[in-house]
Amino acid sequence: MSASLAARSWQPSSMFGGRWQRRTLLFAFAAYCVWSIGDLAIDHARVMRGFGRAADMLARMWPPDFSRWELLGRGMLESVQMAIASSVIGAVFCVPIALCAARNLAPAPVYVAARALIVVGRTFHEVIVAILFVKLFGFGAVAGMLTLAFSSAVFLAKMIAEDIENVRPGPVEAMRATGARFGQVVVFGIVPQVVVRALGVFIYRIDANLRHSTVIGIVGAGGIGQTLAASFTRYDYDFSAAILLCIAALVALGEWFSDHVRRRLR
Amino acid sequence: MEGGEAPLPGGAGEKRERLRVESLTKVYPTGKRALDGVDFTIREPGVVAVIGSSGAGKSTFIRCVNRLVEPTAGRILLDGVDLVGLDRAGLRAARRRIGMIFQEFNLVERLTVMENVLAGRLGHVGLVDTLRRRFAPADVDAAFDLLERVGLEGFHDRRADALSGGQRQRVGIARALIQRPDLLLVDEPTASLDPRTARQIMRLVRELAVERATPAIVNLHDVALAREFADRVVGFSAGRIVFDDAPVALDDSTLDRIYGGENWHAPPEDDPPSTSSGARPTTLDDAGA
Repeated sequence: MSASLAARSWQPSSMFGGRWQRRTLLFAFAAYCVWSIGDLAIDHARVMRGFGRAADMLARMWPPDFSRWELLGRGMLESVQMAIASSVIGAVFCVPIALCAARNLAPAPVYVAARALIVVGRTFHEVIVAILFVKLFGFGAVAGMLTLAFSSAVFLAKMIAEDIENVRPGPVEAMRATGARFGQVVVFGIVPQVVVRALGVFIYRIDANLRHSTVIGIVGAGGIGQTLAASFTRYDYDFSAAILLCIAALVALGEWFSDHVRRRLR
Repeated sequence: MEGGEAPLPGGAGEKRERLRVESLTKVYPTGKRALDGVDFTIREPGVVAVIGSSGAGKSTFIRCVNRLVEPTAGRILLDGVDLVGLDRAGLRAARRRIGMIFQEFNLVERLTVMENVLAGRLGHVGLVDTLRRRFAPADVDAAFDLLERVGLEGFHDRRADALSGGQRQRVGIARALIQRPDLLLVDEPTASLDPRTARQIMRLVRELAVERATPAIVNLHDVALAREFADRVVGFSAGRIVFDDAPVALDDSTLDRIYGGENWHAPPEDDPPSTSSGARPTTLDDAGA
């Protein structure tokens, strides 16, 4: 309060602890950078040749060849169908998983089992799951759809479970106090609190599935990705270019749709 | 339903015990003994105010009665039925007869006023009807009546998050009363409201409890409200009942016993805990809206 104490200083507490800790960390990071760049053993000649090939490839890509538009269209349609069907299937299956994976609803063993399923499901990237499902169910859209449905269910369940864990407990307590059953507590006390965000996440997932559906085809799980992979192996770069342009357009469209709908939900 | 379900045994003789709590004890997993052998009986309708400092066990007590908090030991007899021994179905049936009103109102914000009121009837509808928001016409009718009674006529299609604090609590009251309860549990109904609204809400709770001849246990942190609106005051201290009498018997020495020593005639400015807790939740409420 008094003027004689004007020289008191204050600093925000650092994220990395004390000064020496900070210096050690910085030094370690610098040392790592030096070692790692030295260890890369970049072969300049190879990189340069790569640039040359890229120029050649780009040249052969132009102009894009849309003459096989039927094949292209069929692939795109298959991808879109895969994305939509898998999103819907995923949305259905995510509900029970999400309820089981919410700490405030499920008993401990159920919770642990559901969380384990989610962790396992998210450990493996879509492409790895797709490889597995192609082995199980053969080449084609079925494997792709199952892949995306599985990863959508797990993804949506994780997001929704987290929302359920963050609901205001008061209304839930109020519903329990009226003598409502568990299902009714969920329908009246929890669903209204999470539904808007859940819809937003679902629409984001449709968008994500559109993108994923173009990729997993490369490992033989159907859709436009399979067509794209085939065109690359046959060096039909002009057809590849046409496919890439279409994928870009589709993804952009999906993103616009997703953005548009989610903005209106709020 | 309104307390007249069974004729009073013995007529004018011994009054029927509506609620009897026997040596109720709650020890939380943390080891805190929130309730320590509470004995408590309600024989007649009316407002029983429960007062005591924070942590004295008021909230635990009220939540043990409908087992939102599971008691550690003791018995809770509602019209002779021990709630502690009930299985899940039995407990749900018992909870249908106990209306509860909360400090934070606990409305479902994205639902309409009507849905929030009808939520009080969830114990009487199936899951499919819950999903389709189908309630018995008599219940819908009762909901309209209650909204009118609590002063929210015409508000039925408003969303709960569009209401002010006092209006929300009125919806909370309607939700509890549409259960046609045999007992009302009211937990700090006014702590989130400004003083004027708090009095209006307490008056409404009292009128409705009297109208419907329903006993109400009301946790209050405001002694003045307890004095004005209660027929009986119960004082909690450290998980035990240390006072149980008519409000007129509340004097400084009993307040000392309940809250610990304090100058009870100090001007309100010198009493920050109660004034600040009266004002704070109102801003919380505004932020939440």
